[in-house]
Amino acid sequence: MKPNLLLAILLFSSYSFAQSTDVISMDYQQLKPLLYQNSESIQVVNFWATWCAPCIKELPYFEELNKLENVEVLLVSLDFPKHKEKRLIPFVEKHKLQSRVVHLDDEDENYWINEISTTWSGALPATLIYTKNRRGFYEQSFTKNELFNEVKSYF
Amino acid sequence: MKIILFAFSLLFLSTPTKLVTGDGYNIGDVATDFSLPNVDGEMVSLADFEDANGFIVIFTCNTCPYSVAYEDRIIALDKAYKSKGYPVIAINPNDPAAIDGDELANMKVRATEKGFTFPYLQDVGQQVYPQYGATKTPHVFVLQKEGENNIVSYIGAIDDSSRKPNKVKKRYVEQAVDALLAGESPSTTTTKAIGCSIKTMR
Repeated sequence: MKPNLLLAILLFSSYSFAQSTDVISMDYQQLKPLLYQNSESIQVVNFWATWCAPCIKELPYFEELNKLENVEVLLVSLDFPKHKEKRLIPFVEKHKLQSRVVHLDDEDENYWINEISTTWSGALPATLIYTKNRRGFYEQSFTKNELFNEVKSYF
Repeated sequence: MKIILFAFSLLFLSTPTKLVTGDGYNIGDVATDFSLPNVDGEMVSLADFEDANGFIVIFTCNTCPYSVAYEDRIIALDKAYKSKGYPVIAINPNDPAAIDGDELANMKVRATEKGFTFPYLQDVGQQVYPQYGATKTPHVFVLQKEGENNIVSYIGAIDDSSRKPNKVKKRYVEQAVDALLAGESPSTTTTKAIGCSIKTMR
């Protein structure tokens, strides 16, 4: 093993000693199945980014939601691809996010924004809530009460 | 009392970032003119541009990374189309009370740093963006002058690759203005892109 490679591994392992956080990057076709899961749980999909202040403000509410039985939260990051390693992954580690986090890296926004919801203009934050029977899309920020009340209406 | 409490709770339910969702403009609508302060201290209206054939109105701001990512491309649009009669008019729709960094003074700094060649106006009181139906930054409205009226001819994104300028395949605004310059209707009149919600206190 080359010494500099060994050094890199040592540095990396000391940097992320507890768990190596990986956030998978995917295009829309890879994300799509996660937006149409045939599940008994209420699926809550939040579109966010580390640079989006209102997103960060409401993120703890989604983390709390994720603790509920019968609710699964997916956090879809729209961080810039060049910021994934420097900002997104450190953010996920720092805040110990428990919800599943994926990184949507797909340039054809004009296609997939409409695919996700024709009512979505593209502004962040935005949230999709769905069950087998009902889908709702919310281009807005939530207070904790608003979010929990909205999700409850899907039970 | 109950009504007062209800009204009071509504106050708290509305978050600083909640969108003001008016219907906004559709293609073919007449866009309103305005008189807004520019970073140079002057007031600017569309009517000031007597020689213009139309406008590239872009709601954008200092604080949104998507807006920042588009700054060079907005400057390029102005350089390419101002001389052809379609100047860029940038309007910052954010309420500076709702977000740090979007005061007129901050806008002036940014305009100077980047060498903006176009007006960069503050939507004082957040009166203009709801009429247009802007929901995010950046959000573009291409207007075509017909007599006294400015007709909305394109609404949406600047191009199809916000986060990777080197991967742009479709330059929506350029295509729209090129069509207008050729006396035609743009083939693509509405597009979508990711952006930052407009920051207001309401």
